[in-house]
Amino acid sequence: MSVNDYEVVIGLEVHVQLATRSKIFSWSSAAFGGDPNSHTDPVCLGLPGTLPVLNRAAVDSAVRLGLAAGCTIRTRCRFARKHFFYADLPKGFQISQFDEPICDGGAIKFRLHGELRSVALTRIHLEEDTGKNIHAAAGVSFVDYNRAGVPLCEIVSEPDIRSAEEAAEYVRAVRALVRYLGIGDGNMEEGSLRCDANVSLRIRGAAAYGTKAEIKNMNSFKNVRDAIEHEIKRQATILDRGERVAQETRLWDPARGVTQSMRSKESAHDYRYFPEPDLPPLVVTEAELAAFRGSLPELPEDRFARYTGSVGLSPQDAGVLVADHEIASYFDAVVSAGAPPKRAANWLINEVLARAADPRRLGDADLPVPPPALAELVKLVEDGTLSGKLAKDVFARMWTERRTAGEIVKAEGLAQVSDSSALEAICQRIVAAHPEEVARVHNNPKLIGFFVGAVMKETGGKGNPKAINDILRRLLGPASS
Amino acid sequence: MIDVRGASAVALADGVRAGKWRARDVVDRYLDRIARLDPALGCYLLVDAAGARRQADAVDAAQKAGRDPGPLAGVPLGIKDIFCTRGVETTCASKILRGFVPPYESTATTRLGAAGAVSLGKLNMDEFAMGSSTENSSAGPTRNPWSPAHVPGGSSGGSAAAVAASLCAGATGTDTGGSIRQPAALCGVVGMKPTYGRVSRYGVIAFASSLDHPGPFGRTVEDAAALLEVMAGPDPLDATSIPQPVGAYRQAARAGAAGLAGVRLGVPTEYFQAGMDPEVETSVRAAIDELARAGAKIVPVSLPHTKYAIATYYLICTAEASSNLARFDGVRYGHRTAQARSLDELYAKTRGEGFGAEPKRRIMLGAYVLRAGYYEAYYGKALRARRKIADDFSAAFAGCDAIVTPTSPVPAFKFGERSADPLQMYLADVYTVAPDLAGIPALSQPCGLTRAGLPIGLQTIGPALGEEICFRVAGAFEARTDWHQQLPPDAAP
Repeated sequence: MSVNDYEVVIGLEVHVQLATRSKIFSWSSAAFGGDPNSHTDPVCLGLPGTLPVLNRAAVDSAVRLGLAAGCTIRTRCRFARKHFFYADLPKGFQISQFDEPICDGGAIKFRLHGELRSVALTRIHLEEDTGKNIHAAAGVSFVDYNRAGVPLCEIVSEPDIRSAEEAAEYVRAVRALVRYLGIGDGNMEEGSLRCDANVSLRIRGAAAYGTKAEIKNMNSFKNVRDAIEHEIKRQATILDRGERVAQETRLWDPARGVTQSMRSKESAHDYRYFPEPDLPPLVVTEAELAAFRGSLPELPEDRFARYTGSVGLSPQDAGVLVADHEIASYFDAVVSAGAPPKRAANWLINEVLARAADPRRLGDADLPVPPPALAELVKLVEDGTLSGKLAKDVFARMWTERRTAGEIVKAEGLAQVSDSSALEAICQRIVAAHPEEVARVHNNPKLIGFFVGAVMKETGGKGNPKAINDILRRLLGPASS
Repeated sequence: MIDVRGASAVALADGVRAGKWRARDVVDRYLDRIARLDPALGCYLLVDAAGARRQADAVDAAQKAGRDPGPLAGVPLGIKDIFCTRGVETTCASKILRGFVPPYESTATTRLGAAGAVSLGKLNMDEFAMGSSTENSSAGPTRNPWSPAHVPGGSSGGSAAAVAASLCAGATGTDTGGSIRQPAALCGVVGMKPTYGRVSRYGVIAFASSLDHPGPFGRTVEDAAALLEVMAGPDPLDATSIPQPVGAYRQAARAGAAGLAGVRLGVPTEYFQAGMDPEVETSVRAAIDELARAGAKIVPVSLPHTKYAIATYYLICTAEASSNLARFDGVRYGHRTAQARSLDELYAKTRGEGFGAEPKRRIMLGAYVLRAGYYEAYYGKALRARRKIADDFSAAFAGCDAIVTPTSPVPAFKFGERSADPLQMYLADVYTVAPDLAGIPALSQPCGLTRAGLPIGLQTIGPALGEEICFRVAGAFEARTDWHQQLPPDAAP
């Protein structure tokens, strides 16, 4: 059998760090980085006698995420203790949610090759992050607890994903949602968005799921795709041999491009969950829910529909624009400053995104070309002041010199010559100077380009091409049209 | 200067506030008593003489400068070693926390200090508050001041014994299954376990989170009330602390002297049954008669689910303890084995070497209770039984204002008498466990002595946030009797 004889079944668990100021159960900073163990306090270090107190900002973020994904929000839920021993886990248990997650159901919507996909969610729950072990040398390890207690949302999908590519797109969609909501930065490299995949194969048409393996340590979209791709092939090879896939946890090794067994089901933890006695039940009121519902931003799929609908963009362009909240917001700002949408999209995609190192910086106050500046440039092209070619040069100077298009055009005298009497004179001179070409243009209409080029040269590149064309066609007669 | 032996905390503070004596002199007298008497008793794990003198000097300076030195000005307290004290070693009487110096202070002791109280040092206890005799301390037992062959009770045995022997004017304790009231009864002092959440648990090392109640020990009912007034109150660092304002406990304690007219006192039939020491029964029944003479109406009440209290308690407390004690792993603080070759070995050996037998027993029981697939059969069922036990009290309080019972079925027992049989030890808590499960306030006060000269305790249980009625009833009994004035012999050399 080949890989194509199997149906791939993937469920993802995505952990999203919430960008709250302080930790989920204590007061030290939840910011990324910092000197080791500088973002700590007695509570997140699990010192004896300390108690967790819930940071409501983390709850707010989880509720907004749940509402955006169409989940049912529990108005009353509980935290639970999940027990295991590890050096980066200060209390010997992680405060998480077990039988009462804050969000149930919902779905993540995204596009795969232009087609709308909706992956159902099992749940979204809140929990605290662990610290980080740093293995310095053989037998020497350090622990950095800066990350311990940073709030996490764990987003658990149903096994609805059918390919490695789709898995990667799903994770991208989760990241986009998190950024749209402004609840996290979804940076996989820094670990503020992490993903584990449950992968299994079954013969096409089979009702029962195959045995799954859990894949960990995929810290980029490429890793997600490559690791799952590799795992699918590994499992297909095992099944082809008539053997069974072992239920286990496997670690992706990006350097070697393989997954490796980490622990088997037999050695899996018994987490001994029980309700966290230090925290009263978490209550979210209907009034709070209504307020959050009313303040949700326009989400990626809604924006996509608007861009491809009333705005009139192509699905490809719309897809690029909605991928990041900042890109879409930039686009909307350029359009609202008066630029026609299609041209605004072209300039943004081809020029701005080509230069911006990180699309998320598009909202920065010190961006070299903010939306109104781009709108001004686009309008100068629209009204004929600048040719497309000149405009690209102007844009490059706007980006490096931080000047507006109007300033550059004025200072450099770059305005296109559209004055018809001035152009008329030049055109007449050029036509008179090239009688041979005039004779030939009747049989070879393409020669009009020669005249346009010559006139343009005379104007120093500033002539309005459309105006020049019109005059030349009139002078050279109907045959050239 | 008054004789600090038998002195009440309230009287000491009043003298300091009035400028009749200096806090420094009070503290020095207690330090002197500790130096002379504690070697034979073993109440203190650590005496912080320098810190105590520093705090006393600050109180005196405030008083001299005309600033309010606080309601507990210069009151020397002993602190159960389960309360984290900034800069002062805190061990929970466990080897695994030896050398642990907290960089923070518990909310309760912070408030006591702010009220002018002075901490003399840290008091002995059963390791991690697990026990009823203080025999489970890694530092060795505390002796009952009334009889060195007898236990002081536990787990707050060091606190009860220190107050009884006047080695402090008051003390802090924690009560999870009776750990304040039972040693208070066995040592002849007043111990108060308030409503769950009334005193913040922040900085109190957790044994069983849903059952841990910090509270005070005092020589008198008013002393306990004065300490609780300071310790109690909402705390942003404890999500289970309760927001209601703190009651006027001292006033309630004093109001008892005017009698108990209109007060209905429930006596649960289930608490006077087989297993009770006849001398305890006689004294407690006499105490109830005294309360009737004070004007209270005695009514029978029924608490039918009390018989499940011990089993329920040991399912919940072991489950929570196994979880709470998971953090003691040798990675960040306290004991760490010298022998580990791997992370798993670090955990196993650190915990094997660091924990005593009773914590180990409870960790294993608790891990068993919580294992996957058995939650409902054990912990879930225990939570339902706990609800029924709490409902019993609610029903009883429909017909009475407070409930009076013996605190302990027996007076102090001898060392080793019960330690070989954990079940026998667990039964020492039979009358104290139910109010912990229900989270309601309960107070123990001395109400007699056996022929052998061992104290007997009377327990008054109130409804949730009914601390005032407990203090009023106890205050009435105290006003009409002199059991609180009985002092153990000063075994001075």
